[in-house]
Amino acid sequence: MAVQTAETAPAAAKAGDAGSLFAHAFKDALITGLIAIGLLGPLIGFQTIIIDGALGLGYRPGLLAVMVGIIFAGRLLLNLTVWSPNRVPKTRSGPSVFDRLGATVGPGVKPALLAFAAAFPFISFYAMGGWNESRYLIDLGILILTYVMLGWGLNIVVGLAGLLDLGYVAFYAVGAYTYALLATSTPVNEFFAGLLGETFWANWAFWICLPMAGLFAGVWGMILGFPVLRLRGDYLAIVTLAFGEIIRLVLINWVDFTGGGAGIASIPRATFFGIPFNASENGFAALFGLEFNPMHRIVFLYFVILVLALITAFATVRLRRLPVGRAWEALREDEIACRSLGINTTTTKLSAFATGAMFGGFAGCFFAVRAGFVSPESFTFDVSAMILAIVVLGGMGSQIGVAVAAAVMMGGMEMLRNLGFLTQLFGNDFDPSLYRMLIFGFAMVAIMVWKPRGLVSTRDPTIFLKERKSVSGDLVKEGHG
Amino acid sequence: MEIFVQQLINGLTLGSIYGLIAIGYTMVFGIIGMVNFAHGDVFMVSAFIALICFLLLTTVIGITSIFLALAIVLVVAMFFTSLVNWAIERVAYRPLRGSFRLAPMISAIGMSIFLANFVQVTQGPRNKPVPPMITDVIVLMDSGSYQVTLAWKQVIIMVATAVLLAGFWYLVQKTSLGRAQRACEQDRKMAALLGINVDHTISLTFVIGAALAAVAGVMYLMYYGVANFADGFVPGVKAFTAAVLGGIGSLPGAVLGGLLIGLIETFWSAYFSIEYKDVAAFSILAITLIFMPQGLLGRPEVEKV
Repeated sequence: MAVQTAETAPAAAKAGDAGSLFAHAFKDALITGLIAIGLLGPLIGFQTIIIDGALGLGYRPGLLAVMVGIIFAGRLLLNLTVWSPNRVPKTRSGPSVFDRLGATVGPGVKPALLAFAAAFPFISFYAMGGWNESRYLIDLGILILTYVMLGWGLNIVVGLAGLLDLGYVAFYAVGAYTYALLATSTPVNEFFAGLLGETFWANWAFWICLPMAGLFAGVWGMILGFPVLRLRGDYLAIVTLAFGEIIRLVLINWVDFTGGGAGIASIPRATFFGIPFNASENGFAALFGLEFNPMHRIVFLYFVILVLALITAFATVRLRRLPVGRAWEALREDEIACRSLGINTTTTKLSAFATGAMFGGFAGCFFAVRAGFVSPESFTFDVSAMILAIVVLGGMGSQIGVAVAAAVMMGGMEMLRNLGFLTQLFGNDFDPSLYRMLIFGFAMVAIMVWKPRGLVSTRDPTIFLKERKSVSGDLVKEGHG
Repeated sequence: MEIFVQQLINGLTLGSIYGLIAIGYTMVFGIIGMVNFAHGDVFMVSAFIALICFLLLTTVIGITSIFLALAIVLVVAMFFTSLVNWAIERVAYRPLRGSFRLAPMISAIGMSIFLANFVQVTQGPRNKPVPPMITDVIVLMDSGSYQVTLAWKQVIIMVATAVLLAGFWYLVQKTSLGRAQRACEQDRKMAALLGINVDHTISLTFVIGAALAAVAGVMYLMYYGVANFADGFVPGVKAFTAAVLGGIGSLPGAVLGGLLIGLIETFWSAYFSIEYKDVAAFSILAITLIFMPQGLLGRPEVEKV
C-alpha cells in the first residue's frame, strides 16, 4: 500500500534553498519508508505456510525490501517534483483534460463505439480467421457487455438517483434464478407441452422468461426498496448489502427450491426466436442454409446482450428527460430541497430502485441462458462491488464512462492473464487473476481520492436556454440528504 | 436448562468480540459521520498479524509460556493494526473530508476489498489453523449427560473485554483526549476554533478503534483457532449491526449491541437453525435500521439543512 498522501511541505523548506529542500524531502521519504516497513512488514515480510498440516513461517525479506524501496524512492521523487514547495500549483476552473477530450471527440465517439461493438464478432472472425478461433474473443465481448449492462443498470440507481446500492447482485440473482427455475420446471413444461406442442417450452423459455425476469426483479426491487428508502445514504447502502447477502444465503440454504449450493444445471439454451441452434433439420443453420457451427449461438448471444445493453442505455437517456428522471437527478443533488419543492422522495427513489433492479434482472436472465448453469457462487458481494467499482470509475451518471470502465476493467484483466512476460517476471506461480479484486479495490480508493467524480465527470443539463453547456463535475456540490 | 446456560456463556463470549469491533464503528461514525466499511477487514488483518507474531514467538524464539506469548502478541498486534488503520485514514479518508456524501463510503468499500485481497495474495487463500492454545475448562454444572463448561479462554476473553472497556471508558470520559473527541463529535469547526487539533483527534480515534479491533482479532484467533482472509466481512457486518442496534455513536450501546448480537446468534443456532444464523443477523440489521434507526441507547437524529 503506497503511503503517498499529499502533505503540506514543512514550512522550513523555503523556496530556493536547494540543500535544505533535499534534506527535508529525504527526511520525509525516510519516515514514509519506515512507516511502510511497519505496514508491510508483518504481511509481506512473513508468510504463513501450511507444511504437513502444521502451520509454519516463510520469510520474504527481498520482496519487502523491494516494495519499501519503491515507496521510498517514489515518495522522494514526488517530494522533489510534484509536491515540491517551489512548484506553483496549477489552478483550473474549466473542465479537466478528460472532460475537454470528451467534448472534442465526444460527438464521434458514441457512434464509433457502437459501430465497433456491432461489428465486433465479424472483426474477430476475420482477425482470427474463423468462428472457432474467435470464440475466446466473442466470449470476452459477451462478458464485457454483461458488465456494461449491469453498470448501466446500477448507474440509474447510484449515478442518477444517488442511492448507494451495495446489493445490486441480488437482482441479478433474482433474474438468473427466475429463468433457471421456470425453464427447468417440469409442471410448466408439461403445461405448455399439452397446449402448444412438445418442444414449445424448450424453444421459447428464454424469450418468455426474459421480460418476466425483468419484471420479477423490479418487483423485488420494490419489495426490498419500500421499507429502506427512508434511510439516509450510508444506512441505505448497508441495508441493501444485508438484503443482497440474505438472498444469497437463502439461495444456498433453501435446497428444495433452488438446488442449494450445487445450483441448477442443464438450463435450456437460447434459441433464435424459437429456432434452436442445433444440427437438426429444423435448426438455425439448416433453415438459413448455413453450415452448422456451434458458434452461431455464441454470436447470437453476443447480439442479444448488445441489444439488451443498448435498451438499458436508451431507456436511461429517455428517462432522464422525463419528469421522473429529472426528479432522480434533483434527488441526488439535494434531497431536502427536493422535499421542500413537493417531490415525493419515496416514490421517486422507489422508481429508480425498481428500474435499476429490472435491468439487473434482464442481465441475470441472460447470464443464466449463456452459462446454462446458475449457483449462488456467482452472486457474491464481490460482484456487487465490481459493478459498483465500474460505475464509480466511469463517473457516476455518465453512460460512456461506465462502458469504457467496464471494458477496461473486465477486458484489461483478461488481457493481463495472457501476458506471458508477467510470469517470466514474477515466477511461474504468478496468477494475475488473483490480483483482480486487489486492483478493483485499489482503483476505487484511488479514483475517490484523485477524481471523486470518476473519469467522465461532466454534468449534462437536461434543459437549457440556447445551447447545451456541460458543467464540470468539480463545480457541482451535492447536498446532504 | 444446561443447554441454555452453556449457550449463554458462548453467546457472551462471542458478544464480547463483536462489542470490541463495534466500538471502532461507533466511534468513527460519531466523530466523522461515516460508516468505516473497512473496519471488519482491519480486524481480519489484526488476526493475521497476531498469527504471524504468535508463530514467530513459539516456533522461532521458542517461548513456552502461553500467557507470556499471548501478552506479547496482544501488544504487537495492537501496535501494527493501529498503524494500518492510521495509514488507511490518512490515505483513503482524510483527502475526502468535505467531498460529496458517498465518497468516503465508496473509498471505504474499496479499502475493504483491497485489504481482504491483499491478505489473500500475500498469505494465501487457505484457512490458517493454529494449534489449540488454552484447553482447560471449568465444569459448572453436570447433569450426567450434559456438562456445562466454562473454558478458560472464554474467561480470558470476557475479562479482557471488561478491563479494556473500563480503561476505554475512563479515556473517553476523564482525559483531555476524550474531551477533545467528544468536542469534535459535537462540532468540528468550533472545536478547531478552540484550539483542538481536529486531524490529530480523528487520527487517534482510528488508532484506538484499531487497537480494540486488534484485541478482538487476537481473541478471535485464540477462540476459534483459525484465520482466513475472508473472515473480516461477516464479523464486520455483525459488529456494525451491533453498533446500530445499540445506537450508533453510543459507546455503551456498542457493547450492549455486541452482547445482544452474540446471544441472538448463539441461541438462534442452538434452537432454530445453524444455516440461517447469518440471515438472522442481517435481518436484525435491516429491521433495526428500518424501524429504530436510533438504536437502543442512541439519540434520534435531527436532520438539518
